[in-house]
Amino acid sequence: MQPSIANTSTRYGWAMIILHWLIGIIFIGQFALGFVMVRIESQRTSFELIQLHKSFGFLLLGLIILRIAWRLGNAAPALPASVGTLERRTAPLAHFALYAFQVALPLSGWALVSVSTLEIPTMPFNQFVMPNLPLAESDAAESFWSAAHWYLAYAGIALVALHIGAALRHHFLLRDNVLTRMITPSSGGE
Amino acid sequence: MKARILGLAAFAACLVMPVYAAVALSEAAGSYTISPAGSSIRFSIGKAGGGGFDGAFSRFKGTIRIDNRDVGRSRVDLIIYPESVGTGQGRIDAFLRSDAVFDAANSPEIQFRSTSVTRTGDTTALVTGQLTARGKTFPEKFTAELGGLKGGTIKFHVTGKVLRSRYGMDVGTPLYSNVVDFDMTLTGRRG
Repeated sequence: MQPSIANTSTRYGWAMIILHWLIGIIFIGQFALGFVMVRIESQRTSFELIQLHKSFGFLLLGLIILRIAWRLGNAAPALPASVGTLERRTAPLAHFALYAFQVALPLSGWALVSVSTLEIPTMPFNQFVMPNLPLAESDAAESFWSAAHWYLAYAGIALVALHIGAALRHHFLLRDNVLTRMITPSSGGE
Repeated sequence: MKARILGLAAFAACLVMPVYAAVALSEAAGSYTISPAGSSIRFSIGKAGGGGFDGAFSRFKGTIRIDNRDVGRSRVDLIIYPESVGTGQGRIDAFLRSDAVFDAANSPEIQFRSTSVTRTGDTTALVTGQLTARGKTFPEKFTAELGGLKGGTIKFHVTGKVLRSRYGMDVGTPLYSNVVDFDMTLTGRRG
């Protein structure tokens, strides 16, 4: 059978699978890029990496909006029957938190560039000028959003680590299909 | 980006005469030392989405020599110290001084030496010369307009556009324009 674009009651469709891995890879890449770009010695390279980080941040924001819309129209498959009560209750909270961070991180970055007194324009991938959020610019606001973006990034990456740990636990210890169903799309029959 | 300084000298020559019809070339002729007190070298770079940012160099030196017989043989030499760049935003100044832009530590001077001065009007002249920044030299043109000649002091308003990418200062394009607009007031004192 053809791989299905939509989720079923037990499996993910390929749309969700692609969005999941694409966002996951960019998210982790953004963390690494953000870490490096503010520590690198060359001011020129730092400037260019920051612009790249902003570009990917907006790409991420677009992808996550698409992902949330898709998720709202496509219920996630149920957890396997073998999953215990505690995880059955906490997993949705962890997933909700992951979604919240995916939205909050790009928005906090957008707020940061919007209030920065450096007034550096934002052009995602040099394609068009992204307007700033309607926030007042000041050194104090810049410090606030810089700290917020930083804390959110560290908390978000910790959550991602937890998510990866849980997926590996499902695969190697519990030996269920929680990880593999995020790799192989449903083919409609399940 | 900034470098330009240009040549006013040329224009000086030119200008001098015409407008101030009262100012005979013979009166303006001579050598002038650019006086920082009455001079300014400002620049502006447009930004994507509108606006731009402005800056100025506070330290520079130079001479203007106006030839008595042939305006075309007049000369302007200018040296700008990029370390003195100021935009009103310390972080931007540090960025401009760094090797991302001026590399002021290794290239402490931006030089302009005129090669020709052509009169274009009663008080205006086109000054062509060699601009050197970060070890790269290219011909540049500046427009000079005579602002006045009084008691051994001559004043020019000089404008011109320089493409910064040629001097290894293309960082930030296309967020920031490659074109740097220079706007200078150069006051020379005879002697």
